[in-house]
Amino acid sequence: MSIRTEPMTINIGPQHPSTHGVFRLRVTFDGEDIIEAEPILGYLHRGTEKLAEERNYVQIVTLTDRLDYTASMTNNQAYCLAVEKLLEVEAPLRAKYLRTMTAELQRIASHLIAVGFFLQELGTFGGTPLMYAFRARERILDMFEMLCGARITLSYMRPGGVFWDPPSEFWSSLDEFLKEFPSDLAEMEDLLLNNEILMVRTREVSPLSAEEAINNSVSGPVLRASGVKMDLRVMDPYDAYSMVDFDVPIGSIGDNYDRFWVRMQEVRQSLRIIEQCVDQIEPGDYRLDLPKVLRAPEGTESYGKVEAPKGELGFYLFSDGGISPYRMKIRSPSLINLSVIDRLLVGWKLADMIVSLGSIDINMGEVDR
Amino acid sequence: MICVLEGFYQTNIIYRTIHGSLSGLMPCWSATIVTGIMFSLFLVNIFLVSTALMTWGERRLLGRFQTRVGPNRWGPFGLLQPIADLISLLFKENLIPRGSDKILFIVVPILIMMPVIMVLGVIPLAPGVALADLNVGVLYILAITSVSSLGIFIAGWSSNNRFAIFGAVRGVAVLISYEVPVVISLLGIVIISGSMSLLDIVEAQAIPFLMVQPMGLLVFFIGSSAEMNRTPFDIAEAESEIIAGFHTEFSGIKFAIIQAAEYGAMIVTSAIIAIVFLGGWSGPLPEYLGWFWILIKVLVCVFVFTWVRATLPRLRIDQIMAFCWKGLLPMSLINLLAVVIETFILKGPNGQLSVADLWIMCVINTIITVCTVIVLNKLISNKVDPLRSGSKILSQRELLLDGQGD
Repeated sequence: MSIRTEPMTINIGPQHPSTHGVFRLRVTFDGEDIIEAEPILGYLHRGTEKLAEERNYVQIVTLTDRLDYTASMTNNQAYCLAVEKLLEVEAPLRAKYLRTMTAELQRIASHLIAVGFFLQELGTFGGTPLMYAFRARERILDMFEMLCGARITLSYMRPGGVFWDPPSEFWSSLDEFLKEFPSDLAEMEDLLLNNEILMVRTREVSPLSAEEAINNSVSGPVLRASGVKMDLRVMDPYDAYSMVDFDVPIGSIGDNYDRFWVRMQEVRQSLRIIEQCVDQIEPGDYRLDLPKVLRAPEGTESYGKVEAPKGELGFYLFSDGGISPYRMKIRSPSLINLSVIDRLLVGWKLADMIVSLGSIDINMGEVDR
Repeated sequence: MICVLEGFYQTNIIYRTIHGSLSGLMPCWSATIVTGIMFSLFLVNIFLVSTALMTWGERRLLGRFQTRVGPNRWGPFGLLQPIADLISLLFKENLIPRGSDKILFIVVPILIMMPVIMVLGVIPLAPGVALADLNVGVLYILAITSVSSLGIFIAGWSSNNRFAIFGAVRGVAVLISYEVPVVISLLGIVIISGSMSLLDIVEAQAIPFLMVQPMGLLVFFIGSSAEMNRTPFDIAEAESEIIAGFHTEFSGIKFAIIQAAEYGAMIVTSAIIAIVFLGGWSGPLPEYLGWFWILIKVLVCVFVFTWVRATLPRLRIDQIMAFCWKGLLPMSLINLLAVVIETFILKGPNGQLSVADLWIMCVINTIITVCTVIVLNKLISNKVDPLRSGSKILSQRELLLDGQGD
């Protein structure tokens, strides 16, 4: 005797505890197995690209904060690099170091969130690892507060440099952070990287082959976890990255564990970069003396890109000679990384679905823009 | 009128006291009924107060585990927090989702809470101090606790919600599977003590059965945390996957009752562990302080349950099933086999085991437990060093050189 079964369709989101914001996924299940998954986007669309056409070049910096709100420093950086290319200017050396340092601090903060929520989605009750991650992230946010008065939406960088030179207490708390954080990180690695349940749940689950990753133009930790040797900080260095020495972790088969592992290792490398920046930085100008209202020549265009925590973040600007760009296009890593989600999910179970989504580390502010 | 029930409960101190003082005031039959009602009130109140304190305790403990403070606002150390929660939940609207099975939906919280209270009734706090001292106590506990799977399934089915159905199906699958090793792990205790009465089991513990039956405790602990839906086995209400599982649609006081039942189940399970494995009320203090010892032992168990909950991630449904049938069931069977053989060889002419026999069993069973755990760990373990499985950390130069080839 066989029992008649039928597939069941469930809406995961937009209100769901672990979809990283208002993300909706229409999934068809056969029992616990996923046979079809369709992402539905657009619940957080705010028209950032259109808004940018109405604001001048400096004002747009505040819009970029709201893209990936867990990593607004790198958003600022990508946008400012694009504007600097458009104006054909270059930030002073001290500003470059400051940008590199703050961007790496932001990378640590963002990866800590990614790892924390990844563990939360694996089901650690109430998020014990999440709280450990937030404890460290809190210190980074405190430092950002010293830099620019804001914790999340920073707007610290400007076209041509940074907003302000760091106050003296920033340097002392940064030293303290660099001294104490490695042991916190070691504690987290100790608890997580060799956790048996974590390995069982994530190893060889939802693998993404290198070929598929490249074909879908996936970037960032997701791409590196698939074994592709690509890091914009090395391949196409910007700001001070050509002057510091760091390693790049590369995964093997691109399963959930590899994506998690790559992020954990990148946090360590970010620490190395920050330490070198602190050693190398010298007094000097922190910002170019640019006019308050910037104008780019008519018909010029530029593309600024950085290795954001979530992948390659790019800003394409086209100028018609006015005070605001004629068109701004954002290449957001979260959206493009998300495009492989249905391939990652089909054939796996409901519990793996949430974990795979967490391992891609999307941010809806950036996906829907 | 002849008092039919006279002597039915004469061994029970509580019953004797209440019934004795009442029988002077009213006929025997009404004294029996009033005593019965008072018993129920005792039980429900013990249950409610202990679970209320439990919610506070667990939240404080979890706070500590997670480097935060936990509820500390109302009352000393936030002790009045459960009252605030209860008031908040009591005043919520009584939501019944459209398309749900209304009667079942209303009945289900009671159905989930009932077995917990019923089990609480047979737990002895000191010799003779139990509301009911059954001679089949262990069997009764096992029978009653499996009713809760019915409650979980009806909860999921009646709420007309697909997440709830998921939770219900998962919950029932886990409960039924883990029932088997839990029952078998308690069989060893029953064989050694030669009785199913909880009272006799405590008295048989010349040395705590924790030492005689380490594997039994391990299996019982893991199995019962799966039955209580606690991490790493909490897939029936996995909040990151299926919202709240089988109780997604329950709000207000219904939610409060279901939560109380879950916390109550933890207290009851801890109490069973304390009695069956940790020696019950026996301890260095005089016998009239037995309740103190049992309280300490229950609190230790509760602490360990909370600790596990705060630490481990959740397993997937197929892994939970595999762990039950490939891990726990063999362990419990090996344990049972060892106990049967040892008891057969060691028992005296009158069928009793002496203290020396228990010590011999302690040594043998500890060795068996360690060996079994090591072997099973080797068989089931899936640990791999990422750097040995192909992942690598490349320097910038290596990345640039290799990258050109791609």
